[in-house]
Amino acid sequence: MKWDEFIITGDPLILGAQISILISGIGAVFVLTYFKKWKWLWDEWITSVDHKKLGIMYILIAILMFFRGGIDALMMRTQLAAPNMTFLDSLHYNEIFTTHGTIMIIFMAMPFLIGLMNVVVPLQIGARDVAFPFLNNLSFWTFVIGMGLFNISFIIGGSPSAGWTSYMPLASNELNPGPGQNYYLLGLQISGIGTLATGVNMMVTIFKMRAKGMKLFMMPMFTWTTLITSMIIVLAFPVLTIALAEMTFDRLFGTHFFNLTNGGMPMLWANLFWIWGHPEVYIVALPAFGIFSEIISTFSKKRLFGYNAMVYSIIAISVLSFLVWVHHFFTMGSGAVVNSFFSITTMAISIPTGVKIFNWLLTMHKGRISFTTPMLWSIAFIPNFVIGGVTGVMLAMAAADYQYHNTYFLVSHFHYVLIAATVFACFAGLIYWYPKMFGHKLNERIGKWFFWIFVAGFNICFFPQYFLGLDGMPRRINVYGVEDGWFALNFISTVGAFIMGLAFIILVYNIYYSFRYSPRETTGDSWDGRTLEWATSSAIPPHYNFAKVPEVTSMDAYWKMKEEGIDPNKIEKYEKIHMPSNTALPFVMGCFMFLVGFGLVFEWFWMGIVGGIGIFACMAFRSFDYNDGYYVSVEEIEETEKRAREAK
Amino acid sequence: MAHAEDAEYANEPLEFQSAEGRNNILGFWIFIGAEFALFSTLFATYFVLVNRTVGGVSAGHLFALDLVLIMTFLLLTSSFTCGLAIHAMRSGKVKQMINWMILTLILGLGFVGFEIYEFWHYAHEGATLSTSAFWSAFFVLLGTHGLHVSVGIGWITLLLIQVKRRGFTPRTTSKVFIASLYWHFLDVIWIFIFTGVYLMGLGGL
Ligand code: HEM
Ligand SMILES: [Cu+2]
Repeated sequence: MKWDEFIITGDPLILGAQISILISGIGAVFVLTYFKKWKWLWDEWITSVDHKKLGIMYILIAILMFFRGGIDALMMRTQLAAPNMTFLDSLHYNEIFTTHGTIMIIFMAMPFLIGLMNVVVPLQIGARDVAFPFLNNLSFWTFVIGMGLFNISFIIGGSPSAGWTSYMPLASNELNPGPGQNYYLLGLQISGIGTLATGVNMMVTIFKMRAKGMKLFMMPMFTWTTLITSMIIVLAFPVLTIALAEMTFDRLFGTHFFNLTNGGMPMLWANLFWIWGHPEVYIVALPAFGIFSEIISTFSKKRLFGYNAMVYSIIAISVLSFLVWVHHFFTMGSGAVVNSFFSITTMAISIPTGVKIFNWLLTMHKGRISFTTPMLWSIAFIPNFVIGGVTGVMLAMAAADYQYHNTYFLVSHFHYVLIAATVFACFAGLIYWYPKMFGHKLNERIGKWFFWIFVAGFNICFFPQYFLGLDGMPRRINVYGVEDGWFALNFISTVGAFIMGLAFIILVYNIYYSFRYSPRETTGDSWDGRTLEWATSSAIPPHYNFAKVPEVTSMDAYWKMKEEGIDPNKIEKYEKIHMPSNTALPFVMGCFMFLVGFGLVFEWFWMGIVGGIGIFACMAFRSFDYNDGYYVSVEEIEETEKRAREAK
Repeated sequence: MAHAEDAEYANEPLEFQSAEGRNNILGFWIFIGAEFALFSTLFATYFVLVNRTVGGVSAGHLFALDLVLIMTFLLLTSSFTCGLAIHAMRSGKVKQMINWMILTLILGLGFVGFEIYEFWHYAHEGATLSTSAFWSAFFVLLGTHGLHVSVGIGWITLLLIQVKRRGFTPRTTSKVFIASLYWHFLDVIWIFIFTGVYLMGLGGL
């Protein structure tokens, strides 16, 4: 491989990106060195096993990826704004919709939610940490390495271009030579391992580490959705692991899993991909439902209506999510009986989902609603998500799907679902738990600007796309002609996209502004909350979470305590607390994983082998590591708690 | 980590006596669930691609019952000796436990050895990863299982060193117990491979 094939050259857009990456990289190194923050970064964050800090790092990277995926989206919308645009050529357009889709789902939505889970779930169940703190740090680094590997593709070697679904034979060596597709395969593979580990970790945490007295049916709804989501992860991600591995073998070692000429079956890929891919949709949707449930109940000052029905519907959804995957390729010739079966199972999902919608509405009914920004996002979620859901049922009718399959009708549908559920929930959850993480609220007035502008932009962008779809505009095209008559709607859509971009800037400004000017929290109970995370102090609560683990007697445990006048922080005698030590090993392992990934992307097998040996060496090292953690002394707890109380 | 409820587990086997041990064991069961999903996907692939040899070498040509029976015998016996090792561990006999485990590892090594021979032999007869879709699926399914067994051998070896150094503690016993679950799991998968791949392949399915 020649040097100029290695580093992508000749495209002004990419050159601009390269330069800006270089400058911001140098800038970051400079700032860290100048303020002598390296040690702090290493000790407090990179090697931290504190679930709250890991959660915050997940969220930070997710926001960064939202930016990257958003720039991709704006570039695509610019190209489609008018007929016969020449901003992006077709290859570049293909690369961009591929990276946009992959990044948004794998490296934005999922880590954002996993970040929130990490921050919140142990606090909500009154646990000191997650069950496997070391593994938690390792999950984070595998995610970062997978993300990093995927992201460098566009400056080194070239981006994948076969769509986020990577259908074969489009993604094969013949039609897609070069390292681009390998980046997709290995980036997803590596980060997928971390996701699986998180799933296991969360399940054990929730099963085994709940505060005394907290029965399963007393758990907050976000914890419930995290539990069910983790189960879906544990069952769905291995399917992706194998699918990716098989395609990697096809590309690197000449196997024929998906290669028709030697007996392989391209449709096998489509099936495996969507057996994972559809549950993946619920992996990013269920936690969102959990977040909305928390927020709606808190700001309606009522307990969640139909709690049990909510739990059973998420369980039903999780089962059904594995039974619908064929609806992604009705038109690929599965036959009438198969299509009908999957058509019906798909529609069946709307039943438990409908139950949840009514429960949210009934929670608000006769509640004392306060229209804070998290609540606004939650209320806006309902109608927008219903639009996405109803069009989803339209798509679920196999016969009708032959009409609008792979048109903008679909593009609009899935953005309505993904943005109204997942992205709105990420924003809502971020704002809601922001004071818990950083000790001050985000400014509500700027937050409302952000809210209204984003929601307006979102609808302006995606609503017209339903009509474009019905007018026959296919997805994944980069040019259309004047005679197609799609100009006006496309132009409106692009305007909407830029309005969303503007809203994102307002969010970033809000973070800056609130950091500077928002009053600091003193109580820890920022919103008059109902669940245990509000019972401890704010601004990244002490690493041991609770000086004394609270005891729980009912749902909405903290609310009950407040009603009964119990102060969970009033403790006569502190006891020392056992906590795990920080660790550098996962970071080192991550570096070796990067070697494996990078080596395989370029088929430099020696590098892959070196990395592989490194990984196994780290595992052996870990096996012999009998570090037992350490005890937080009573004095230190007293000191920390006193400081938190004094802030009052 | 010392936990208040640990006292309730005082009469359980050592590996359940610490909260950490209990968490690790539950976590590992969940992980085995994921491993089941993983192998199910490989089996699904295999059955979709079974007999898609595009006219090349087929399973019926190469599969030999005696070889497979030896391998099966080795692996099943190793599961049994592994069980005996855990039994010895429960009665606190370090030396006995280590001996049974070493026997387990030797049987496992024998299994891997025969598998390597088998692959080498097939390659000689013109069946490799890239011969046809069927052989791709065969080698990746069997290879994944074989790799698991090999990793298990390395893992248990490391654990034996730790047991030798530290004796039985809640920490070491839970590690060994988990490794034994893994080992039995691989046996279960092998039974599926034995019937699904070899018996059905020899039967011409
Ligand atoms: C925020 C504003 C967003 C805009 C303006 C936007 C715009 C677009 C556009 C123009 C396409 C390409 C359509 C085509 O040519 O076929 C696309 C595809 C896609 N988007 Fe978005 N998007 C946004 C957010 C998101 C989010 C938040 C997600 C997921 C969580 C997402 C997931 C996807 C996926 C999966 C695809 C399909 C990619 C493919 O065809 O391989 N998008 N989006
Ligand atoms: Cu689906």
